[in-house]
Amino acid sequence: MGLLARRNLFHDKVRFAVTLTGIVFALVLIIIQFGLFLGFTTTTSNNIDHSNADVWIVFHGVGYFDTGRTFSERKFYQVLATPGVAEAEKYMQAFARWQRPDGRIENIQIIGVRPGSSMGQPWDVVSGSASALKEEDAILVDELYREKLGVQKIGDRVEIGGHRARVAGFTRGIRSFTTSPFVYASFKNSLDYTNPTSSEGDVGYILVKAATGVSVEELKKNLNVRLTDVDIYTTAEFSAKTRFYWMFTTGAGLAVLTAALMGLVVGVAVVAQTIYAATMDHIREYGTLKAMGATNSYLYRVLIEQAVWSAVLGYALAMIVAHFIVASSEKGGAVILMPLEMKLGMFVLAIFMCVVAAMVSINKVTRLDPAMVFRG
Amino acid sequence: MRIGAVIRTKGIGKVYGEGTAAFRALSDVDLEISSGELTLLMGPSGSGKTTLLSILGCILRASGGSLEILGERADQLAEGELPRIRRETIGFVFQGFNLFPALTALENVALALDVRGLRRADAEKRAAELIREVGLADKSDSYPEDLSGGQKQRVAIARALAGDPPIVLADEPTAALDSTSGKNVIELLRRLAHEHGRAVVMVTHDPRVLSYGDRIIHLEDGRIVREENGAEQMESAFAVAG
Ligand SMILES: Nc1ncnc2c1ncn2[C@@H]1O[C@H](COP(=O)(O)OP(=O)(O)OP(=O)(O)O)[C@@H](O)[C@H]1O
Ligand SMILES: [Mg+2]
Repeated sequence: MGLLARRNLFHDKVRFAVTLTGIVFALVLIIIQFGLFLGFTTTTSNNIDHSNADVWIVFHGVGYFDTGRTFSERKFYQVLATPGVAEAEKYMQAFARWQRPDGRIENIQIIGVRPGSSMGQPWDVVSGSASALKEEDAILVDELYREKLGVQKIGDRVEIGGHRARVAGFTRGIRSFTTSPFVYASFKNSLDYTNPTSSEGDVGYILVKAATGVSVEELKKNLNVRLTDVDIYTTAEFSAKTRFYWMFTTGAGLAVLTAALMGLVVGVAVVAQTIYAATMDHIREYGTLKAMGATNSYLYRVLIEQAVWSAVLGYALAMIVAHFIVASSEKGGAVILMPLEMKLGMFVLAIFMCVVAAMVSINKVTRLDPAMVFRG
Repeated sequence: MRIGAVIRTKGIGKVYGEGTAAFRALSDVDLEISSGELTLLMGPSGSGKTTLLSILGCILRASGGSLEILGERADQLAEGELPRIRRETIGFVFQGFNLFPALTALENVALALDVRGLRRADAEKRAAELIREVGLADKSDSYPEDLSGGQKQRVAIARALAGDPPIVLADEPTAALDSTSGKNVIELLRRLAHEHGRAVVMVTHDPRVLSYGDRIIHLEDGRIVREENGAEQMESAFAVAG
């Protein structure tokens, strides 16, 4: 039985190549679609997820990261005086105008944070350093946006909001979900660059770290008692809200998710079709097996073994292809993520799709009228 | 009643389809098939030969009547029991050979033993013996596409014998063969009946094989119209010729 399953698969190499191609195509399609979805969602909340803060305090009603609404610095001092607070930092996020050395204007998103703080720093810095932000006019940008921003190396000078800025380092892989790249600066400089016009004050967000022994929920409660006109979120909550906003409120993510689900449907259909066709190619042989007295469970085992072989080999090939695609996506504006969970999930999905497809054809095989074997 | 009858049918009928599309392919077939005999089933195209053979082989259910195989009422068995009857009592030989193209001659035979739950090594040993019995020891590693029609049919016969069945059912096993290979196959089937004591039923159109049959049963429009023993058939053949 094991022999028949394997031999039938490998006997007709062209047919097997077609089957594998179908499975690989389906899996890669699904990986790309879900990887894009994952990449997008991760991108939208990247700054929050890497903030190293326990709690984010935002102006009341600010539902996601990229919306600007500032409040008075007084709240910052109230936070500092709240029991259970180990550290707090002012944090700025605002859109600004970037003037390239050649004079062209680009929109950017400034992130302002105190240099040297344990929270809110740029990460994956590949040249220069985050602490360089304390130098005069220093900014960090991501190397993905060198072209767009017209800067090539450390020391390049530009203007932001009419103020001088100097590239002090590059990060790698910090993408923006909007078309405006993130530019990191000191909190102080970020105010100059963005000229917040709110009469309320200058603080965009306050990042808070809980003292040891104080739970995040307790900290939230303490802060809630003292502060008014703000919303207090754990980092995970604010991250989720931001993702949700971009993914579902704007419809951007819904489009990607729909594409991902379409990928799944198309993928399943392709795999079902290939496995089904491969089974039908051998339908007479299954009829013969039945005439020979093979039980249905014997036939199930042959078909499932074939399906599993196809799935495993198709998966292995799909992983190779996907790794190339994922690697090349890292250099582009839209990253495709393929975390371990997704790899495992794809393996389960591959087996599942192939076995389900085989089951559909099994139905045909076990219901088969064995008299067909006599037809010449 | 025939001595040593392994198959007994009484009033077997078969209707294909339902309602206005219903078609009666067999009516009232009473038949006994004995061990040690080569029984030929003859009749014009569409007379119901394959239908009858399928019913005798428990791969098709009759619409009515009783079917007894080795004393067991096969018509009363549940669907799930039929594979067992086929494994234990029946070997099939088909006009189109129905070999597995991805398996060698030896493996084709071994597969029939695998279906019966034999371990791989035992299956291959027994398969080699069967391949030798049909005179193809030197072809055991060949794939079907590299065998002649007659060789393929002999592999198929070796496969049919894998479960050591008391009954062998063959549907036009020589139709796709040239006369020499056809003769070899018939002689092999007759030997199975005469020397191994099996009941061999063979559907045929081929007048060349008539002389080999111990019994010849003629079907027309789904009914048995005539039965002869081999000797009678020889006479009537001569009568026509003369
Ligand atoms: N599955 C089926 N559904 C409907 N009618 C069928 C089916 N199988 C066979 N028949 C009909 O039953 C009749 C007997 O068919 P069968 O195949 O038994 O004839 P046969 O004697 O074997 O003919 P041949 O010599 O051409 O092989 C034919 O008229 C055929 O068309
Ligand atoms: Mg027929």
